Amino acid sequence: MCGNIGVMSTVGIVLISHSRALAEGAAELASQMGVGEVTVRPAGGDGEGGLGTSIDLVEQAVRDADGGAGVVLIADLGSSVLTARTYLEELEDARAGRPGEPETDIVLADAPFVEGSVAAASAAAGGADVTAVARAAHEAYAFRKT
Amino acid sequence: MDTRRWIERFAELVAADADRLTRLDAAIGDGDHGTNLNRGLKAATEALEPGLPPGKVLMTAGRALVSKTGGASGPLYGGALRRAGKALGDGADVDAAALGAALHAALDAVQELGKAVEGDKTMVDALAPAVAAYEAAAGDGVAAAAQAALDAAEKGAEGTVPLQARKGRASYLGPRSVGHLDPGAASTVLLFRALAEAAADG
Repeated sequence: MCGNIGVMSTVGIVLISHSRALAEGAAELASQMGVGEVTVRPAGGDGEGGLGTSIDLVEQAVRDADGGAGVVLIADLGSSVLTARTYLEELEDARAGRPGEPETDIVLADAPFVEGSVAAASAAAGGADVTAVARAAHEAYAFRKT
Repeated sequence: MDTRRWIERFAELVAADADRLTRLDAAIGDGDHGTNLNRGLKAATEALEPGLPPGKVLMTAGRALVSKTGGASGPLYGGALRRAGKALGDGADVDAAALGAALHAALDAVQELGKAVEGDKTMVDALAPAVAAYEAAAGDGVAAAAQAALDAAEKGAEGTVPLQARKGRASYLGPRSVGHLDPGAASTVLLFRALAEAAADG
């Protein structure tokens, strides 16, 4: 499930929100920063049209966003964060069951949702690795508005 | 102790109390706790195929809760049940000590995931004293220990009323979260009521 050998892929970004509209809107904004270069996938709502979070949507979005360079997750409130943490725990368990296979880095950024998403996409478009993309998202906490 | 009976009874109690849980959540949260947990537990009971060993029952129910609940209670209760199920292992019987270890594992899972401690006005305020009370009474057998856990959970839940929330959606309300019963603590009481009833059945 990795990208083509010889082609530089960028870090993918998955935006997890309680609201599908919010995840999609933030993905739209963030994608502007890295048009054609960064894959930003929304995972918002409960998967049935309501507010909430779905671990199945998160799983699918990560699969879509991972071009071989890894994925940074950015979550908004409460259950989004808990679902992201649970997803990563499950991933770790699953990977422990198939040692030796090449795996990409998938991390949850500690970041503000909208500003962090834009900063992450911008860093990913510049070729940053997973750690640097997550750091860029985190540093968005420092953007002052007054 | 029949873990299937525990989960099925928990689902029944939450279904009967879903409106109350949602009302409690509407006061200090996003008003979906009863609806979400009811949906998750319905999926959990449907996922329980016949003949599963006790540990596997909890793991299966936990997986369904994580996947189908929709709110924060999914990963929290789901993670708790999965960890409890893992602690039980493959054994066919659950004695008082094994259940105590499983309950402790459940508490650890909730605290690791949600990072809440006692006094934050969360489900931990009911869960932590319930697990402690169970462990203290485990020598008296499953039924007595489960009853002690229920009593402690009820007391812990009532104790959330004067607290100010420091975790979860209610924390955005600051001092306005004071004076309300925490919905997660309220549903945790149901988890232990179901346990006490299942344990009393044998």
